[in-house]
Amino acid sequence: MKALVFIEKNNQTGKLRPVSLELAWKAHSLVKPFGGEVVGIFAGNELPQDNDELFSYGIDRVLYFKNPGLKDLQSTAMKHVLTGMIKKEEADIVLFGATHTGRDIAPLIASKLRTGLTADCTQLLIDDYKDKGNILFQIRPAFGGNILATIITPDNRPMMATVREGVMLLPEEAQKKPAKLEEFTMDFNNSWVKNEFLEIVPKVSKVNFDHANIIVAGGAGVGSKENFRLLEQLAFVLGGEVGASRAAVDFGFIEKDHQVGQTGSVVRPKLYIACGISGSIQHRAGMEESKKIIAINKDPNAPIFGVAHMGIVGDLNEIIPIMIKYLREE
Amino acid sequence: MMLKIKVLAKQVPDTANITGNAMKDDGTVNRAVLPTVFNPEDLNALELALSIKDNIPECEVTVITMGPPKAVEILRHSLFMGADKVYLISDRKYAGADTLATSYVLSEAIKKLGGADIVLAGRQAIDGDTAQVGPQVAEKLDFNQITYVSGVREINENSVTVERDGEYQTELIRAELPVLMTISDTVNSPRYANASKMLKYFKSNIASEIPQDELELAEKSGRIIPLITNDLLKLEPERCGLKGSPTKVYNIKSITLTGGDLQMYGAENEGIKSLIRDIMKDYVEV
Repeated sequence: MKALVFIEKNNQTGKLRPVSLELAWKAHSLVKPFGGEVVGIFAGNELPQDNDELFSYGIDRVLYFKNPGLKDLQSTAMKHVLTGMIKKEEADIVLFGATHTGRDIAPLIASKLRTGLTADCTQLLIDDYKDKGNILFQIRPAFGGNILATIITPDNRPMMATVREGVMLLPEEAQKKPAKLEEFTMDFNNSWVKNEFLEIVPKVSKVNFDHANIIVAGGAGVGSKENFRLLEQLAFVLGGEVGASRAAVDFGFIEKDHQVGQTGSVVRPKLYIACGISGSIQHRAGMEESKKIIAINKDPNAPIFGVAHMGIVGDLNEIIPIMIKYLREE
Repeated sequence: MMLKIKVLAKQVPDTANITGNAMKDDGTVNRAVLPTVFNPEDLNALELALSIKDNIPECEVTVITMGPPKAVEILRHSLFMGADKVYLISDRKYAGADTLATSYVLSEAIKKLGGADIVLAGRQAIDGDTAQVGPQVAEKLDFNQITYVSGVREINENSVTVERDGEYQTELIRAELPVLMTISDTVNSPRYANASKMLKYFKSNIASEIPQDELELAEKSGRIIPLITNDLLKLEPERCGLKGSPTKVYNIKSITLTGGDLQMYGAENEGIKSLIRDIMKDYVEV
């Protein structure tokens, strides 16, 4: 059984995106019991600077194709190159990060290869299915996160899936292996490059959930933009980041970058403090794997208490200043 | 030259407002009691099409949806907003389609309806959140695509210049027509229904849903919404609906709350103090 993993870098930093490593390790744990191989596929103008990291997280080999025309990862060109790689490798499984790039390209490839693509999987496993032998079981939330569906692609190959960043875990310790790179050759047709990139402006994001151990998040119950400052203060005292529910973003209390949940970021901090967040299923989908969850809410029946470990029923505008006071004393 | 714009739209269950009574006793979602809505970002796509038409009068805005007969509701709303033509694609053979089979039917319908210079769709639908149908239609039409369009600078008879949300960067992209674009809710605010169009079209429907004695009048006043079935498209049944879908649903489980080890603290000074102590205790250990 052979699994391919789409290797993606952060265009601004030139380094691997965490989701590439997460998928590499997942693919490794999926196919190794069957003696399978995990191949990273990369197409672009330059390999990621930290490409060797891949070999510490379960990748056996990287197949790469470099061309200046791929600088902006344009979908049509990427489709042709990656489809060529997938065919050459005769892959059983192909995994993409559910990033804007992955979601731009993966559907094109699935359409071209006329195979199945399951988006935003939260669990992947291999199991026996009827007379088909071992196939990929792809578990994903649907219906706004109200149900979990298990999707299979029994008759077509490859079986393709996307997974969001932060969903699959990395091992505690990496196992260093020697790098093994192989260049893929094909004729690159410049007519595949159809979009003219007039300007690229880096986004200034103040939010970094990647390494945040503590997140203080607010919802509609925070009440106003001004009240959100309290949450910022609490996050500052704790050395954490500020998160928000979709409702808080929709009310204009805080920018969309801070959104946690199904349409925002998936986070898994050591401590998640949910303030004035009722805990809709969409929000919980983005935070319920946090190690410790504290809920502060006026409504004792708010669903957030169902996933919380510690809770206070009351007005966050009174509670948070007291929390800050005691934290400073500690 | 007439600019042909096709908008792909979907009627979806309003997943943002699912409450307890939308769950059946066996824990599954009861689709029947869920209110349905025009997929929000498809409205942004339609608004963009209509705003292009505001600037370029020689423009034809056509809205296409695939779904059960009830999906005419969003087509009617499209007419209220100002769409020139609307089509319902509905056929038992197309039921149960995944994104691949859906995009096959939609792309064939676009070809049958005279093709397009610009195809617009919402970034993703709120029921499945896959964001796959748009790109797969582009692939089947052999169109260039721009996904995650977050802003529009200029659209004319030959090209589009738009902003794309590239996650870590905003990309200003220019592309020649034809092109397919998927539109985010940051692009515009959909216009309200136009009162005179509402009066004109509020009774519009597919012919089979209009009483026999009203058909003639409905036809004269342009209130019949054309229905596209496989009799018209003549597609290979093996590539449509459930049969044409490489992905199959193996099983479905409803999500229930976990938890259970919830420790409550009082909202007064003492309670908050002990909460902070417990956090610090834990946190130091970590």
